Amino acid sequence: MSSETGVEATAGARHRATARRMSTGRAGDKIFVSAARGSGIAVLAIMAAIAVFLIWKAIPALQDNKANFITAEEWNPNATPPKFGIAQLAFGTIVSSLLAMLIATPVAIGIALFISFYSSRKLASFLGYIVDLLAAVPSIVYGLWGLAFLSKHMDGISEFLNTVLGWIPLFGGDSPGKNSIFTASVVLAIMILPIISSITREVFLQVPRANVEAALALGATRWETIRLSVLPYGRSGMIGASMLGLGRAMGETIAVAMVLTYVPGINIHLLEDGGATFASNIANSFDEASATGRGALIASGLVFFTITLVINMLARAVVARRKEFV
Amino acid sequence: MSSVTTSPGKPSLGSISAGRKIKDRLVQGFVYLAFALAVIPLVSVLWTVLSNGVKRLDADFLGHSMNGVSGRDTGGGAYHAIIGTLEQVAIASAIAVPIAVLTAVYLVEYSGGGRLGKVISFFVDVMTGIPSVVAGLFVLALWLLTFDFGFSGFAGALALTILMIPTVVRSSEEMLKLVPNELREASYALGVPRWRTILFVILPTALTGMVTGIMLAVARVMGETAPLLLTIFFTKAINTDPFKDPQGSLPSFIWEQAKDPNQNSIDRAWTGALVLILIIMVLNLAARLIAGRRAPSGR
Repeated sequence: MSSETGVEATAGARHRATARRMSTGRAGDKIFVSAARGSGIAVLAIMAAIAVFLIWKAIPALQDNKANFITAEEWNPNATPPKFGIAQLAFGTIVSSLLAMLIATPVAIGIALFISFYSSRKLASFLGYIVDLLAAVPSIVYGLWGLAFLSKHMDGISEFLNTVLGWIPLFGGDSPGKNSIFTASVVLAIMILPIISSITREVFLQVPRANVEAALALGATRWETIRLSVLPYGRSGMIGASMLGLGRAMGETIAVAMVLTYVPGINIHLLEDGGATFASNIANSFDEASATGRGALIASGLVFFTITLVINMLARAVVARRKEFV
Repeated sequence: MSSVTTSPGKPSLGSISAGRKIKDRLVQGFVYLAFALAVIPLVSVLWTVLSNGVKRLDADFLGHSMNGVSGRDTGGGAYHAIIGTLEQVAIASAIAVPIAVLTAVYLVEYSGGGRLGKVISFFVDVMTGIPSVVAGLFVLALWLLTFDFGFSGFAGALALTILMIPTVVRSSEEMLKLVPNELREASYALGVPRWRTILFVILPTALTGMVTGIMLAVARVMGETAPLLLTIFFTKAINTDPFKDPQGSLPSFIWEQAKDPNQNSIDRAWTGALVLILIIMVLNLAARLIAGRRAPSGR
């Protein structure tokens, strides 16, 4: 019995100790603690509200839907009866962002290697600033650039890819155009370069100096040093970085919406005009959306949010796992 | 004849086989190429915006709205859009910064690794990954469809707030962590209450870094377009009241003008892009200057 009260007493003391740690009981302290904790809880409340209101406003539209929401390719929520599905949007989102990631990752790793190992220290900080500048340019400007400048120069590249690699279905098709998923992917790749390269650079900075010096002391060339001591160490960090880039590319709206011209239906030929993503569809069809149309857009936004959430979580888990080994 | 082994033509150290040398050079070439590939689009973007935008960067553009101007017409400007952007970003910062800074204070100073702190930290991460258009959809669902308010600059500011909070929390958190523990202990030893310690010792120490983070976040949300299309809608006229009726903004101005096939509209879009980039670059440069001037001394 005495032991029980002893346990209770220490528990009580611990409780009082934590309470004292948070606040000294003075009025100012009490107010300040509750303001700080309240803000933290407000953040949680916002996240909860996002989930609740998106689901709530999506349900009526989903109930009116006369097509299969998951597998249908058409998007006609304003028609009677409303018919809409996310198949085309999911296809466009996933393909364009995957392609963007495939284009951007090698280049971004090249940039990170260049800044970390191939340039002098003074030059490196300047170059890092240049790459950060790429990140500061807003997406609407990339969209405008992609629409008015890049797409005009994509004609030749698309036709070249079409003639050389036309036997691969993805690059096939009869009429390669400039407002295609491929062009959108190139714009996206440019936009996600900075985030991938800056995270990769951070990983490279953490490579133990001793490993690099050991490789150099063994007479390794610069490439062999990188291959032996830098790349194995940074592998999961680089994977995480490219996945964060993938998440960023998926969430990108305006640049894609400006570059793509909407053609209904999934088209496997990525070089032909057409295609739509979740985000570009929301931006493009909001103006004319009826009540059901808005609900349908909210429903698609919910699916879209879930997909990006999963990708971002996975990426963070991969990056965090590396930290534990350090 | 011992000098044979050290003859100049055959050094004992450093001879690398041709294959290894070629591979090394190839990789070096690839790395240089990758960097060039990154610089080309940056230069191209800045150059096209500058050369196309400077044509219409005149008093007309900065001082007039698009009211009564059709796509074909010359003239017209982005005054309504600049006003809208400045108001929306100011309101968003006024809401987001206190919440975000207090959250960061809670995470660093109060939570002490507790469960609530971990949950908040996790959801701040989740919030970082919210696509901007989803933030717009949320405000649409909450503010416009549930509470039945109309399109307004304030609704746009709410969407920007959601995008701003997580970045400011993260940057402020980093800066608060840099404040040396000795400062806290010294303050407590003098019998200063905790809240005064935070307000008058810790926050001032971390202030410059936090201001930098906040300015970068402001620059970031200033270019957001998608959430604004769903919340402020579109107007050609000047509307200085952010709480009532649709409002303009620079990103949505560029979006509208770029969709118009007339060359005069495209020109206006480029000039809008130039003005937007100039504002963002000024904010970025200012943030860097502040950051460079004084960083908290710590580990």
